[in-house]
Parts: sequence; C-alpha cells; structure tokens
Amino acid sequence: MILDSKIPEGPLAEKWDKHKFNVKLVNPANKRKYDVIVVGTGLAGASAAATLGELGYNVKAFCFQDSPRRAHSIAAQGGINAAKNYQNDGDSVFRLFYDTIKGGDYRAREANVYRLAQVSVNIIDQCVAQGVPFAREYGGLLANRSFGGAQVSRTFYARGQTGQQLLLGAYSALNRQIAYGKVKMYPRTEMLDLVMVDGKARGIVVRNLVTGKIESHSAHAVVLATGGYGNVFFLSTNAMGSNATAAWRAHKKGALFANPCFTQIHPTCIPVSGDYQSKLTLMSESLRNDGRVWVPKTVEIAQRLRKGEIRVQDIKEEDRDYYLERKYPAFGNLVPRDVASRNAKLMCDEGRGVGASGLAVFLDFADAIKREGQPAIAAKYGNLFDMYAKITDENPYENPMRIYPAVHYTMGGLWVDYNLMTNIPGLYATGECNFSDHGANRLGASALMQGLADGYFVIPYTIGDYLAQNPTTKVTTDHPAFKEAEQAVIAKNNQLLSINGTRTVDDFHKALGLLMWDYCGMARNAEGLKFAKQEIRKLRDEFWRDVKVVGVNEELNITLEKANRVADFLELGELMVDDALNRNESCGGHFREEYQTPENEALRDDENYAYVAAWEFTGVGNDAILHKEDLKFENVKLTQRSYK
Amino acid sequence: MNWFTKTFSSTIGRKIIMSITGLFLCSFLVVHLVGNLTLFRQDGGEAFNIYSHFMANNPIIRTMEFVLVAGFLFHIYDAIVLTRRNKAARPVGYANSHPEQNSTWSSRNMGLLGTIILVFLLVHLWNFFVPARFGGLEGVPNAEYLNLYSEVVLAFKNPIYVGLYVISMIALAYHLIHGFQSAFQSLGLTHKKYTPFIQKFGYAFSVLICLGFAAIPLYFFFFV
Amino acid sequence: MAGSNPNAKPMDLTLKVWRQKNRETAGAMVTYPVKGISPDMSFLEMLDVLNEDLLRSGQDPIAFDHDCREGICGMCSLYINGRPHGPERGTTTCQLHMRHFNDGDTITIEPWRAAAFPVHKDLVVDRSAFDRIQQAGGYVSINTGGVPDANAIPIGKSIADKAFDAATCIGCGACVAACKNASAMLFVSAKVSQLAMLPQGKVEAKTRVENMVAQMDIEGFGACSNTGACAAECPVGISLENIAIMNREYLSAKATSEHVA
Repeated sequence: MILDSKIPEGPLAEKWDKHKFNVKLVNPANKRKYDVIVVGTGLAGASAAATLGELGYNVKAFCFQDSPRRAHSIAAQGGINAAKNYQNDGDSVFRLFYDTIKGGDYRAREANVYRLAQVSVNIIDQCVAQGVPFAREYGGLLANRSFGGAQVSRTFYARGQTGQQLLLGAYSALNRQIAYGKVKMYPRTEMLDLVMVDGKARGIVVRNLVTGKIESHSAHAVVLATGGYGNVFFLSTNAMGSNATAAWRAHKKGALFANPCFTQIHPTCIPVSGDYQSKLTLMSESLRNDGRVWVPKTVEIAQRLRKGEIRVQDIKEEDRDYYLERKYPAFGNLVPRDVASRNAKLMCDEGRGVGASGLAVFLDFADAIKREGQPAIAAKYGNLFDMYAKITDENPYENPMRIYPAVHYTMGGLWVDYNLMTNIPGLYATGECNFSDHGANRLGASALMQGLADGYFVIPYTIGDYLAQNPTTKVTTDHPAFKEAEQAVIAKNNQLLSINGTRTVDDFHKALGLLMWDYCGMARNAEGLKFAKQEIRKLRDEFWRDVKVVGVNEELNITLEKANRVADFLELGELMVDDALNRNESCGGHFREEYQTPENEALRDDENYAYVAAWEFTGVGNDAILHKEDLKFENVKLTQRSYK
Repeated sequence: MNWFTKTFSSTIGRKIIMSITGLFLCSFLVVHLVGNLTLFRQDGGEAFNIYSHFMANNPIIRTMEFVLVAGFLFHIYDAIVLTRRNKAARPVGYANSHPEQNSTWSSRNMGLLGTIILVFLLVHLWNFFVPARFGGLEGVPNAEYLNLYSEVVLAFKNPIYVGLYVISMIALAYHLIHGFQSAFQSLGLTHKKYTPFIQKFGYAFSVLICLGFAAIPLYFFFFV
Repeated sequence: MAGSNPNAKPMDLTLKVWRQKNRETAGAMVTYPVKGISPDMSFLEMLDVLNEDLLRSGQDPIAFDHDCREGICGMCSLYINGRPHGPERGTTTCQLHMRHFNDGDTITIEPWRAAAFPVHKDLVVDRSAFDRIQQAGGYVSINTGGVPDANAIPIGKSIADKAFDAATCIGCGACVAACKNASAMLFVSAKVSQLAMLPQGKVEAKTRVENMVAQMDIEGFGACSNTGACAAECPVGISLENIAIMNREYLSAKATSEHVA
C-alpha cells in the first residue's frame, strides 16, 4: 500500500488556498441528495455536523452520551490558540505553525499544521459570532494569555472553561441544524461497526444504548470524530465513557492507525488516592509558574514521611531535592510536559515519592506565598486550589500539593491524508481521532484549535471534493454488507453475554491499564514492551474466556457497553506496544530509555524515524503491517530540544 | 388561540398575571386597612360606619369592586391552573426530600397559604360584606348609614372568629412575604440597586399590613 | 491503600437506591449494604464499588449517568439524601466525596423526578427535553464563515462577564430536580439571558425567548414559584436573576414582536 498524503503542490503558504480552489464542488441543488454520517459530537464532530448541515447535506450525528453537549471537549480548561496577533507581540501564522511543528518534536506534517495555523484565526471569529463569551479587556476587545511556554500571547480563553464554552457554541450551531431538520441527532447511540460497500465507507452499525437495538445507517460518507484512546490506560484525564471503539472497528475494516504510541502524559494531575480510583483530574499546568517541585532527598526520609512518622514541615530545606531546578537550571520547573512527567516518575521509581502510595511529588507554593502573599496566590490559582482541596481534603495553602502525571491526550489516531480522509474512501477522521497535526507531542491550547479547524473549516471543503466525484445513488441498509455487519455485531455482543466468567470488565480494564502504564507509559524500553505484548495477549485471551457480563442486549446494559470498549482496548493496547517497539528513538511523548542523550533527554533519530507509522490490521493476534509515510521538512530546520 | 391568550396561558404569562393581580390586591389591602383603622376611633363606630357607607355607595368604589373581584378571580384561577400543572410536572415524588435546605417554607406553600386566605375571605365576606350589602344591618339612629360597627363588635367577641382572623393574617403575612418580592421577580423587575430595597420593603409591608389587620379583632376582643 | 488522609477510617453504609428496569416497569427503593468505603472516594466511586460487588454476584449493576467526573459535563445526576447532587453546595455528584458522610449512615439515592425527565433505567433519566428546548432557539443564527472579525464586536467587560456567568450552565437538570414544580426556568433562562445580553444574540432575542419558552411548556415542566431552590442547588451557581431577565424578555417580546399567531 502506498500512502498518498495528497499534500497540494506549491509553497507552504499557498497550499490550502490553492487546494480550496482545486477541489470539486457539489452543486447546491445536489447537496441535499448526499447523506453524511458524523460520529461523535465534541468540538470536531459538532462543528462538522453543523457546518455540513448548513451547506445543505443531510447529516446524521451520533453520540454515546445523553446529549451532544456532554462530549469530553467540554472539560478542556486552558484555552485555544489562534494566530490573531491581537497583542502586537510578533505572532503570525508562520510562528504558530513553527511552534506547533517544533512542539510536536517534528513528527507532524508541515502542510497540515500550516493549514491549522491559517484557519485558527477564523475559528475565533466564528466562535465570537456564535456568542461564545471569551475573556475580554475593559475596552471590550478580546483578551489573550500566553500558555504552555509560548513566547507570544495567542491563547483565547473563557476563564478555566474554554472547552465548555467552545463546545456549547458548536452545540448551539448543531441544534440550529437539528431544528431545521438538516441534522438528525442520535444521542445514547454507539457506533459498533463501519460498513463498506464496494470498498467505500457507506454506513455504520450502531447500538441504541437505551433499548439495545442494533441498527444500521447508510450514507455517502462517514466522519469519525470520536476522540482519543487515552482510556486504554484505565486511569486518565479522559471521561469515563471516552473510548476507541468506533475508530478501532474502522481500523479493523481497513483504516490505518497511525502513531498509536504517541500519548501525552500531563505532569500536574491529582495523584491516585486508592485502588477504587476511577479517573484522574488535571490541574492547569500554569501552577508550575509559581509552584516548586520537590521530593525528599533520601529514600529513608521519604519512607518515614509516607508512614506518617514525620510531617512534611519537618523536612529541612537541605533535605529537599528540587530536582527540576537542579537538573534544568535554565527552565527549572517550567520544562515541557513530557520532561516534567518523566522526571516525576524517575523520582518515584527511586523510592523518593510522597503520599501514602509513594506515587506523587510535591508542588510547593510556600515560597510563592511568602514572596507574594496568600491573596496574590489565591487570585491566580484560587479555583485550582479549591478543586485540589475538594478532592484531597487538604489545604494547599498550608501543605504542598501532591501531584503526579496522568495520561491526558493521544496524538496518534486514524491515518488521514491532507483532506482528513482515511485510506478508506469516504471515511474521514477529525479532531483527536486522527493523527495529523500534533506529531509526537501536543502543545497546550492546540487541541481545541484542531478540533474546530477540522470541523468548521476543513471537512466542509474536502468532503465536497469526494462527494462531487461520487454518484448520489443511495445504498439501503438492506444491502448484504449492512446485514453482515449487523450480524457480526450481534454475534460479538452475544459472545460477551454468554461467557459468564468470574472477572469483571473493570478488572480486565484495570489490569490492561496497569500494563500499559508500566511498560508503555512515560518511559518505555524494548524488553518491557516485548513483555507487555505477551501479557496483553494473555490478558485478552483471558478476557474472552473469563469476563463476566450480566443482563441481555435488549436493555440499557452498562456492563455490555463497557465490555465492547474494553475488548477493543485490549487489541489497541497491543498495537500501541508494537508501535512503541518499532520506533527506536525518543520523541515528544514517546520516550524509549535506550535512546536518550547522556543528560537523559529524548534522542530523536531523524535519519531513520522521520515518518508516520501507519499500521494495517491483519487479524486479532496477528502482527499489524507497518506502512511508512515519510515526513518532509522544507520549511523548518530540525533541532534537538534542550532545557538545561 | 391568538397571541394574547397564548401569552397569558403560558407558564410565564400566568405568573405575570399572578404578579399583577397580586400587587393589585396588595394595594387593596392598603386601602382596606386605612379604612379599617377608623375602628380604633373612640366614637362608638361613627367614623367606621360613615366610611363603610361611603364604600357601599360611591359609584367609583362600586366599579372598582368589580375590578377587585376580577383580580381575586384571576389570581385564584391561575393559582389553581398553575398548581395543577406543577403537580403534573412531577407525577412521581421523592422518597426522601429536604427542600427546607434550599428554600423557605412560605415560598413552597403559597397554595396552602392562599387556601387559608380564601377560606378566611369567604368567612369574612359572610360576616361583614353580605350583611352590609344585602341587608341585615341595623340602622343607626338619626343617621343615614347602617351600623356595621355593631356587627364588628359582635363578631370579634367570638373567640373562634378572633382566632380565625389572627391565624389568617399570619398566613397572609407569609403569603405576602414571599409573594410581594416574587411578583417583581416574575415581572422581571430586578436590578442590583433596587431589588434589595424591594425585598426589605416587601417584608416590612407584609408584616405591618397583617399586624394592622390582626390588631383589630384582638383590640375588640380584649379592649372593647 | 489509603489516600491523602492515612487516618481516615473506612466506612460501612446502607444505601437505599431506586431500581427500575425500564421506562415501562414500576420501580422501587432497594437497600444495599456497602462496606469499607474510603472517605477519599468520590460518591460515584463508592457506587462503582457496589456495582463491582453486584456484578461479581451475578446481579445487574445500578445504572447511573456519569462521564467526565470533573464536574463540567453535566451528565451525573442523583438525588442524594433529599437533595440534587447531595449535601455539598456548588458541587456535582461526581465531585462529592464520601468524607461528607459518616460511618453507619443510610443514604437514599433517587433519580431526578420530573414528568419531562422519564426514567430510562434505575437512576438514569431522559433529559432530551433540554436539548429540544435549546433546539427551539438557543443559538445565534449564523452559518460557518462570513462572520466579522472577532474584535469587530466590542463587548464591555462587565456584560461579557455577566453573560459568561449565565453561560456556565452545565445542563445537568439539578434545577428541575430541586424545584417543587419541576420547573426548568433556571436552565432555560441561563441561555436566554446569556444571548440576550450579548450584541450577537440581541438580533433574534424576541423569537428566541418566545420559542424557547413555548418549547419549555410543551415539554411539561412546571411553572416558576420563585422559591429559589434551583439556584440554591445549582452546582455552578447560575443566578435567579436570569429568570427575571427571561421574564422581562418574554413579556417585552410578546408585547412587541410581530408574531400574531
């Protein structure tokens, strides 16, 4: 298979405009003859469904939640980047492009990222017109802040709830199309298979999560906007329902899965408090602007602290190791997410972690409070401190916070070309579901930007290009391909329901999560990855032998829902391990212990690994086939990151 | 339905009617109390009887009486319609509910309070309005007016009436404490500057008006 | 493994939970003992523990809505000990922690109760009425593209902040659950007033409020008695003032709009 990224010819800055002119258009009167399915109603899905409806296509939108407004885009806190240069501080489309490519450790496509930076400015205009209440200055114009170590203030924000406000904006646009009848919304409905007819994506099979009814829907194109797969790790900052099933089942139907090992671990999360823990909560990384990260200098002190023999206040200044400041004098506590996360893990691995579990490090505001006073610190971080206190029942003004890294975002996803179409004709992937824009590491405030860019401003053009070249002829869901897919889904559900084993779905999910975290998490090595691969296979076999799913299909069955998702995670986990094992370099969120500089920094191998690893499914238990898309860098110079 | 009936049969429309009629009835209370204060004059009921004669015969007052009746009827009718709708909005209740932790008792029991007030109103009309309007009052010697005052004295020597009146005025006070400021909220008349005043004024208004009314039977029972 | 507080003792509790198979079947309160609950658990994690136990013994786990578990998606509900989202003010159920309960407590857990929120199963209710109300007008009628530059519409900071306060509604339905009339006024008014305050939304403010209120009534929610229970129980602090704004908007729209039907 030859991967054609379909990147338009010409200078970087002109590619998108040229492409927009070159794409075929669908006659306005013909648009109503085309049906498009959009799965997922987060930023990428809701914006796409609304915009396609506005253009005149018949859209069917699906989400597993009870309302499109619940999608996990809603939980994004920090903000959304846009190259508006409203602050006159030297921002530009090229600078945003450059920062994003570099931040991704040079593992993203130049053309895609440049387009993202270009349309970023339109997103802000669109959202403001919808009534999204962005933060404003006293003069009535929009406010910006710098975020994630960026040197310019290009982040637009709505308090700590930017994702919520953007999603509600997209949701309102979607609602308008639902009211017009251009979008038919199917909430509490989960996609369980992709249906292909004559090699093209022509529909999906879904399960109504309330009645259990298995139904098919046909269309001329299918857009997957189903988010990331961070929940492979069981514990992550994702929502409980976030899952990879739609994308994974498309993968099993032939869509390539790209860079699955690129996962982002966020350093400032609230640590695990017990084995009942169901998810992890992120706190904005802005905390590291004033907080100092440390652990006890010796294992012995850490042990006594964990046992409660001493209090944190008893640890003398000289017995504290401010390890980020020690190791990275230039950047100190503000090193990038991946570096901060990895070092926290190193400390805990050494036995110097804190908290009862030993899996946490301190984030200490004592000096900042001494320097600026408690009111000043409360003004900056009050809501985060409150959130921390609510969850941990500790007062972070008096005791240092305890933090630990947590899985947050997955840069990998379905392989797509410049048009956001997968290798399956008519199947598109947008937002976190695809792999295209963040390379090996995503910068803060870029996820919202990408989701909305894809949905509002990319897909509406590129999907027209495909549809215009395809007849308006409809396939009905009576087509054998649909019947076959339905039968497969029903068979799978029945199999899950009939095992009646002894271990719960969550049991398996937790076991998988632990394996992934230990061997395919913040730091990986070949030996561990090989071990994990075997263990995952064993676990998967056991799952299909011993999982316990109660009830029947024809009801609201939360265990069956979960079982389907975890069954897919058990397959996807293995592919992540394969990908991590294949990539013999360290880059961004992927850190292979064998490949580091003498100073323990990520050592990229641009010579051999400047490619997208796109994997082809060959059957459960068989090794996937690797397809490479070489990345060409014509506009940026590849450099090694250093934070010393 | 045209837009007008549609508007006033919507939930908000009905609340607007409740507010307007409620505030109108508040104004009636003021007039009524001011008139009744003549009962406290030590003149053997002369001022009161003149006042009641005026009220019974002045054409403007008589016209306003119809408006007043309409106010009551709309207020009661909409209350019934809304209560039925509100009950239907929650056909299955909670096994365990603690509304006292999120709202005041009076705000949740306007229907109950209103019903007490309605019962009182009927008794009250039977006591005074019916005899005054449809005969049954004795005349006052050498005067053109009838002696409603003696009815008042008679009624308020009866401890059951006094008790009913006082309890009803307490109910009215609680009804007004919520209803007065609530009317402004329903009409959308809120403002950072004025709403706190309206709330305080409403509270004082409710308490003072009802104290004034309740003082009358107590005064007659204990002091006359 | 103990959590942040090593001295926190595990608790034994008695849960009384509403169980209902589906919309058509009658439900009932069922009692479950739970043991060894850590005070550091969230309320939903406590239910997870119970559900794992139920599952292991072959029983149907309790269905409840939840997703982000960060207090922002609005999916979690639960009427806990007589109050929506439980005893802590300004807190969604997913952010409620077990340390607010005591060893030996009996906790009742019920679904939101409203005719407009029929029970799907156990504690899961159908809140699609909220979506339909939003579809009736909770938007600015603009298409993607062709909008003015974001800074072409200056908006005073105080108005922007006030609109934001209204826009933070998470659509959980606690207001309906708390209201003795199962009224949705706080929810509807949050969107109406957010858009009525902003210049972008003013253009179609009249039709918006007319249509959204009409849909609210069609869905069968009760009327507002101004008890304030909704705002008191709102996990994100949506203000009652929004209801007043909506009343005002509605009255003026009805009086001045050109919709005569």
